[in-house]
Amino acid sequence: MHLEIDQERCCAAGQCVLVADDLFDQRDEDGVVVLLDANPEGDAAARAAEAAALCPAAAITVVGS
Amino acid sequence: MTETTVAATATEAPLDYPMPRASGCPFDPPPQLARLREEAPFSRARIWDGTTAWLVTRYEDQRAILADDRFSANPLRPGFPMQSPGVAARRTNGKRLPFISMDDPEHNRVRRMFTSYFSVKRARALRPRLQEIIGDLLDGMEAAGPPVDLVSSFALPLPSLVIAEILGVPREDQPLFQRESRVLISMNSEIDDVLRAIDSLTDYLEGLLAAKERDPQDDLLSHVLADHVRSGATSREQLVQDAILLLIAGHETTTNMLALGTLALLRNPEQLAAVRDTEDPADIALAVEELLRYLTIVHTGRRRVALTDVEVSGQLIRAGEGVILPNDSANRDATVFDNPDSLDVTRQNARHHIAFGQGTHQCLGQNLARTELQLAYPALLRRFPTLRPAIEEDAIRYKHDAVVYGVYELPVAW
Ligand code: HEM
Repeated sequence: MHLEIDQERCCAAGQCVLVADDLFDQRDEDGVVVLLDANPEGDAAARAAEAAALCPAAAITVVGS
Repeated sequence: MTETTVAATATEAPLDYPMPRASGCPFDPPPQLARLREEAPFSRARIWDGTTAWLVTRYEDQRAILADDRFSANPLRPGFPMQSPGVAARRTNGKRLPFISMDDPEHNRVRRMFTSYFSVKRARALRPRLQEIIGDLLDGMEAAGPPVDLVSSFALPLPSLVIAEILGVPREDQPLFQRESRVLISMNSEIDDVLRAIDSLTDYLEGLLAAKERDPQDDLLSHVLADHVRSGATSREQLVQDAILLLIAGHETTTNMLALGTLALLRNPEQLAAVRDTEDPADIALAVEELLRYLTIVHTGRRRVALTDVEVSGQLIRAGEGVILPNDSANRDATVFDNPDSLDVTRQNARHHIAFGQGTHQCLGQNLARTELQLAYPALLRRFPTLRPAIEEDAIRYKHDAVVYGVYELPVAW
């Protein structure tokens, strides 16, 4: 699976960090999403999909599976 | 056939909104919403000022609208369905609109001045301090002895103290913002009282900001003044109104979740035992999401107005038409949540609820609120394993008249 994030859209709700803090982090200065792993596999890929589904700003896109 | 259905929906007389809950079902949304979800997912609702708006009751449609920037959160736009006369008066009093009432990109630009204080990391770092406050409040309850009012002795002081500390509002000023926010949160407040409450909070915060400019502390307001007001990215007047938003949203909501959530657990002893007895923080986290879903205390519907003609699930919403999105209805949508009307603290997809809203206005304080709730429920239930209501169900006063639902008081014993 390949992930892309849109820092422009991000509203720093933190939902992605709650479900996958090994894949996502928040910038210290404004809480905007930082991608830690753009190519999660297996269990991590499932959590990445959950993060994308929960993101209120639709700032996480799953490209290919 | 489809066309007949649509015509029938459109000609059905508008229903009054908000609707009453069924008597004897204080945790359930108004039963009419369930019927609408099935029969008329887009219906017409009449609000307090006699105007009508679309009432959108299904989960998927609400999520779509809340995430769509063709719908505006700006209450000054014609057609916006305001929540009450008080909210209308307050939004048209000439003061700056707080960022909850702005649209992107301006909304997100302002929101980001505050987001670093409410990140997941920040909320986690607050845990020791939260535990300390919770411990002190529980000691106070124990010392006072039963019966005590859970709202005034625990559910209200915890989030009030926490949001005051984050912003840098002195502890002794809490009664002021608690009192004024009660006026603002009631849908029956007189307009004069609402305007006076806003003026009083505005004066108070202007004074506080002046003091922080002279003598900055390590708190949110001092930092936002230094980082964003000084550079001109935001104004002092704007910060005052945003700070009022943070103060009110920061305690009214969590307070009600704590008290109403405790009551819901007391009415479901097996669920209560599961929350009290688990050692796994993941179980607690899931239970909190389920309580958020089940209770959806922000119960008077998100409000938006269409900026252009938009089609949602085949329904045309015209430019200038208002929409009301009762999140309590979405969170009971059986297409998303199995047995939606039962409280199940082990529900695996509970975090798909939209009790914090959806779209870029989704609650800024959600991680703080989650952390407060995740620590407070188990601490309370473990300190008082025999906790029980010390009031008859009939005598409990539910906040039917407030923008945020809950109980006015909850006497408990153990
Ligand atoms: C369980 C507790 C809480 C619930 C259920 C809740 C619910 C909500 C909801 C539904 C919205 C969306 C409003 C909309 O779309 O029109 C919202 C927004 C907001 N909440 Fe909360 N909230 C809670 C706790 C808090 C706390 C502790 C804070 C503290 C700072 C807070 C601050 C805010 C702010 C500032 C917004 C506006 C965000 C924006 O427009 O970008 N909330 N909340």
